[in-house]
Amino acid sequence: MTIPGQPSASPEPAAPLLKVDGLVKHFPITKGLLRRRTGAVQAVDGLTFDVRPGETLGVVGESGCGKSTMGRLITRLLEPTAGRIEFEGRDITHLGVAAMRPMRRDVQMIFQDPYSSLNPRHTVGTIVGAPFRLQGITPEGGVKKEVQRLLGLVGLNPEHYNRYPHEFSGGQRQRIGIARALALKPKLVVADEPVSALDVSIQAQVVNLLDDLQEELGLTYVIIAHDLSVIRHVSDRIAVMYLGKIVELADRTPLYTAPLHPYTRALLSAVPVPDPARRTRRTREPAGGGGRILLRGDVPSPISPPSGCRFHTRCWKATEICAREEPPLLTLRPGHAAACHHPEDGGDSGARGAVT
Amino acid sequence: MTTAPVPAPGHPPDAFLEVRDLRIHFPTDDGLVRSVDGLSFRLEKGRTLGIVGESGSGKSVTSLGIMGLHTVGQYGRRRARISGEIWLDGKELMSADPDEVRRLRGREMAMIFQDPLSAMHPYFTVGAQIVEAYRVHHDVDKKTARKRAVELLDRVGIPQPDQRADDYPHQFSGGMRQRAMIAMALVNNPELLIADEPTTALDVTVQAQILDLIRDLQQEFGSAVIIITHDLGVVAELADDILVMYGGRCVERGPAEQVFHRPQHPYTWGLLGSMPRIDREQTERLIPVKGSPPSLIDMPPGCAFSPRCPYADVPAGGITRTERPELALVPGTDGHHSACHMTHEERARIWTEEIAPKL
Repeated sequence: MTIPGQPSASPEPAAPLLKVDGLVKHFPITKGLLRRRTGAVQAVDGLTFDVRPGETLGVVGESGCGKSTMGRLITRLLEPTAGRIEFEGRDITHLGVAAMRPMRRDVQMIFQDPYSSLNPRHTVGTIVGAPFRLQGITPEGGVKKEVQRLLGLVGLNPEHYNRYPHEFSGGQRQRIGIARALALKPKLVVADEPVSALDVSIQAQVVNLLDDLQEELGLTYVIIAHDLSVIRHVSDRIAVMYLGKIVELADRTPLYTAPLHPYTRALLSAVPVPDPARRTRRTREPAGGGGRILLRGDVPSPISPPSGCRFHTRCWKATEICAREEPPLLTLRPGHAAACHHPEDGGDSGARGAVT
Repeated sequence: MTTAPVPAPGHPPDAFLEVRDLRIHFPTDDGLVRSVDGLSFRLEKGRTLGIVGESGSGKSVTSLGIMGLHTVGQYGRRRARISGEIWLDGKELMSADPDEVRRLRGREMAMIFQDPLSAMHPYFTVGAQIVEAYRVHHDVDKKTARKRAVELLDRVGIPQPDQRADDYPHQFSGGMRQRAMIAMALVNNPELLIADEPTTALDVTVQAQILDLIRDLQQEFGSAVIIITHDLGVVAELADDILVMYGGRCVERGPAEQVFHRPQHPYTWGLLGSMPRIDREQTERLIPVKGSPPSLIDMPPGCAFSPRCPYADVPAGGITRTERPELALVPGTDGHHSACHMTHEERARIWTEEIAPKL
């Protein structure tokens, strides 16, 4: 299948597929008849990261940390407030609907809820064939044949072309969503909580499917999830978000074995381990290396985030500088960046923070 | 159905809670939904039972059945068909007068629901709802009840409980709401606490706080706790005993350590292989269970798990597809039961040679 108008020559392999610089999204809060602006939900507040071709970037964080907003910004389903998004070297930050349309072939999304993301009144054939119709493309051999090939690719029966979404189980519906996302042979797939609505045994099927498809089709993934075990399984590099900011960005193994940011450490220690022998008493203060860290309270509101480091209100290492100055995301080890005045490896970037 | 000595039907047991051959069926237009189909277990005071299963395995229906909530407000043809025995502290609840059960509900047995936002009334303050729960069972004035409510809110870790009691549920965050739900469930010092997916809607750091709270409270009050969840990590944190449900029946039950370290049913192997483990070396691939859970209307004949079981043909003669395996004690263990046609030796061999190395 050839898609007309797609640049055949790709830029040099080292160049990132997606480049995000200082990305900001504030949702205004308005009040009264005149829609006076009284504040803003600072959902995403200055994200800088790259996505390299062929890799899987995992984005993890708790609810309200802005990870889904980030996904919708890089797929340009939302208009960024500030910052810059480059896809294959091209600035797509403020492209309009029409200008974005050719880009949509290359960037696709898989949604969380397989029940609300499929139109219940359309057949599976219509749903998976919609990208061809919208882009005005006739694939080789016709739409029907291509849709059946896609259904086979994601492990569904191609004969089920004429069925409706309600005839499928949750896991099968998620496969339909994946088939639709892959229809136009995208380069980048953004998956927002692709398995969190599924049962454990089905979750594993979908995770393995995403894995196989990446290998087969050379896809690049940005996978957004709250489940740290799933993220560890699927990702090459991982970004940890807290209240609209990336607090740590590193390769998988260093992030899980030697996290630098206290929040990452707390998050990792909070994951329940399916092994009753390792059940331990949680400690309020992290004692030594292995203790469980129990954070106090909840994530603060993104309407009025804390000053300085946004984690300082719940952090057991916080000092006076944390409330005053925001720590920048610094590369503390090769390929391992963290935004903290008192990172876990003992080295103190507090002084550095004060200088800049 | 157990090999452990079971008292004759109608005879009170010595356990604090004992469920015998519980069946809960719902008539629908498409046929009879057998949500729970012959479930038996027992639970002592001060112990925690974890019920694990996927959606539609009947775990929530079981908990509502124990609370006696399936018979409320249902009449005529649509009424749920329930049989079996539920013994709580020497009283049989199924044959008891509904008014009697209502007196027990909330006082001797209380429940924590999954979604506190829909389980709490949006129109009343959190304090008022806890006060109501207390005054239904205790003949006290409003002032005393409020004092008790504030005391409980404080115990579950809500800051400034005196002021927060006058807030509405929407003014609480998810974790706070779940704490308020727990306070409401505990206000009458129940001896049996059922927590149905208590942390599923919560973030992982808040989940850790709530699990810690449930564990502390159990130690403090010495109550029996049933925790229902699909998350094996959560049960491993809390439960002393584990009961794995599949298609409305128990497929495996036993002490938590045994079930996690020497599981005796292919479905439990499947669950353990399906989940990525943060405490283990990175594995290349997960080992999913093929297919999807069975329809509760049209259950597969024989073993309900046989269509998805990779070892369905190990027992000779296709017995897995014709005869339903009964729950039987695993030889040489203390109370570890499994419902599988394979012999103990076959299961032990497959577990040690094929399953355990890949986990």
